[in-house]
Amino acid sequence: MEYFPFIVVAWILAVGLYGIVTSRHLVHQIICLIVVQSSTYVLLLGVGYVTGAVAPYYYDITVHTPAVDPVVQALTLTDVVVEAAVTALLCSFAIQAHKRFGTLDPQALVSLKG
Amino acid sequence: MTPSQRRWIFLIAAAGLLAFFVWGLLDLPGFGRYPGPYGFIINRIALRQTLATGTVSAVNFDYRGFDTLGEEFILFTAAIGVSTVLRRLRGEREQQSAADEAADRDVPPTSSAVRMAALLFTGPLVVLGWWLTSHAQANPSGGFQGGVVLASALIMVYLAGEFLVFKRFSPVDVTDAVEAVGAGGFAAIGVAAVGMGLAFLTNYLSKGQYAGAVSSSGTIALISFFVGLEVAAAFILIVIELLEQTLLIRGGE
Amino acid sequence: MTVAVNTPYTVPIVFMQILQVTVLILIAAGATAIVLTRRHVHQVLLLSAYGMLLAVLFLVYQAPDVALSALTVGAVALPIILLLTLAKTRKREE
Repeated sequence: MEYFPFIVVAWILAVGLYGIVTSRHLVHQIICLIVVQSSTYVLLLGVGYVTGAVAPYYYDITVHTPAVDPVVQALTLTDVVVEAAVTALLCSFAIQAHKRFGTLDPQALVSLKG
Repeated sequence: MTPSQRRWIFLIAAAGLLAFFVWGLLDLPGFGRYPGPYGFIINRIALRQTLATGTVSAVNFDYRGFDTLGEEFILFTAAIGVSTVLRRLRGEREQQSAADEAADRDVPPTSSAVRMAALLFTGPLVVLGWWLTSHAQANPSGGFQGGVVLASALIMVYLAGEFLVFKRFSPVDVTDAVEAVGAGGFAAIGVAAVGMGLAFLTNYLSKGQYAGAVSSSGTIALISFFVGLEVAAAFILIVIELLEQTLLIRGGE
Repeated sequence: MTVAVNTPYTVPIVFMQILQVTVLILIAAGATAIVLTRRHVHQVLLLSAYGMLLAVLFLVYQAPDVALSALTVGAVALPIILLLTLAKTRKREE
């Protein structure tokens, strides 16, 4: 139980990397990249967790209640929203590649043409 | 190199990478045994210093405001990148031919259930997005979540109606301007602090009297408002560009 | 196992641990399913469900802020962007 969440993080990372390397379609690669990014969120929040603690919002509890770490939550929060915009940028590249080459197979798009 | 060769090379390399990764992870102090003093210190003093009961937003916009500024500009650049990459190339034209606007074209009609649900949800989503954006210092809310909810409210307009109606609700020029105001406003707040002789992004407005009220915690509420504007405009811009590509632009080449 | 003293929980802590282990196993299974699916529209729907599972996990990790943004982004914004890309690239293949 002490290290099980971290083993799950390593598993998700490995599965996502396998999907990226052996992929046949650009959109499938983008989705596997999303999976890899989600593994980092799980790792960040797992590092800051305190057993038996509550969320760090002091609206109706006192300041001396044990709470989890708020700094990693702040980092993960902005990350989740920015990931979606970067995914949109990657998808627009995929659309332009399809327009120019007619295919979305990354193993056929290997050579850069002028 | 054949695909199966590539797969075998990847499996061998991934085994090595995972071995090192898991070896590093097992050196962490265990799940649930957070040792570090930084989190505990911030939990103890954030309420007293900023009068914000939402500690995560206080960390996001006050203690670590510089990192949030950087992330917001990543979002801004990504939205601009989508607009630039999906620009109209030579040889394409935006085609709104008569066949597209004929009254009896055989497009599969949106089902009534979808239109009713989308119409019912649009108003409450706008209210929810605005509430989330303006209550960053009190609850688990903030500019980022509120902005995405506001953008999804406008996407409901597209689902309930047609694309041209959606485009009339949020023209591209206005969306661009709103996004620029959001990104620039955040930076302007920081620069105003420098103009007053303090450090960049210091919390210089009055902290208010009651902890967790809407008008408390100084610049945190103001920054959250600008961030909400910018995130909503960025997502609406991205969806507009993609919809235009899919629906309107017919190719030349 | 050492826990934080004077926890405000009213149920035994082992319940929370069982919940965390269950959701983590579901997430690992969901990630594997996403990578191994072949049809693209099914993958996007699975990604939407995976986003909701992530939101539940973040809530169980006592992070409601992150759960809210993961829910809105993973279930609304990402599937729309991906489905529009799929529609655009599929249309030109006729």
